[in-house]
Amino acid sequence: MGKYTQKRVVLWGFVLALIIAVFLSPWASSWPDGLERVAENLGFIKKTEQAGVTLWERSPLPDYAIPGLANKGWSTALAGLLGTVVIFGLGWGIARLLKRK
Amino acid sequence: MHIPDGFLSNVINLTTAGISGGVMALALKKAGREISDKEVPLVGVTAAFIFAAQMINFPVVAGTSGHFLGAALASILLGPWLCFIIMALVLVLQCLGFADGGLTALGSNIVNMGLIGGMGSYLIFRIFQSFFSSSPKGFLLASAIASWFSVVLASLACALELGLSGTSPFSLVIPSMVGFHALIGTGEALITTSILSAVLTVRSDLIRTWRTDKPLTVRL
Repeated sequence: MGKYTQKRVVLWGFVLALIIAVFLSPWASSWPDGLERVAENLGFIKKTEQAGVTLWERSPLPDYAIPGLANKGWSTALAGLLGTVVIFGLGWGIARLLKRK
Repeated sequence: MHIPDGFLSNVINLTTAGISGGVMALALKKAGREISDKEVPLVGVTAAFIFAAQMINFPVVAGTSGHFLGAALASILLGPWLCFIIMALVLVLQCLGFADGGLTALGSNIVNMGLIGGMGSYLIFRIFQSFFSSSPKGFLLASAIASWFSVVLASLACALELGLSGTSPFSLVIPSMVGFHALIGTGEALITTSILSAVLTVRSDLIRTWRTDKPLTVRL
């Protein structure tokens, strides 16, 4: 057993996640990631345009941005905040359901 | 390495959707049986950290970035089944909420990052853990190796799917994907071991794989 209560560990973990999502995410590198780089180098990046299904018009916060919010940094930060809170609740909720069974 | 729509063939999309659905059914059963009360909030906080950290792309070479995956972290903390559930949750939210990763490629993304990245890194972690000393140093070294492999193995799986889909020849896409992700994997190892060493210091009993007597068993 360590020096910290479990509640404190969970709280600090969640605070760390929120800090990352809100304050670091606007400064994330906008360079293409490994897969996008390979797709560009090997010439198949255009295949995304031929895709039949596209989520871009339908997902609420496409590309981690709040539609209509002009400031890109705030937009990303807010999207990150929302996502982090939602996944925290989802994870906890599903784990609780699993435990109850 | 979230695969967008359009990169993979229908056969691959359907196959991996089937696999991820099947593994999810198994994971829910397995995880439900073994989860403890104290782990319930840990699932939430681990998922939240992985989601947040995946937003932070860091440069690896000029013009190319990578981001944290988290599969090794989750499997070392909570075991492979809860890891799979967490990774799948994160990927579904990213896909539906943020258009990150295609809907048709969701099965492949779950197979690559949740199943291969999670289960693969767990097995590799257990193998190395049994070789190294049971000190924190040995534990963290095994975690570093496992987390590097989680990214590299997931990228290899992604390359194989791209090859099988006829999107790009194996001889090109495998070395490119694995090459970039071997670099990204070092960032993964750094982040994973930092978090694990912090948890080790404050509450080592919250890490499921820390000094347990049952190595190397993933019972099906």
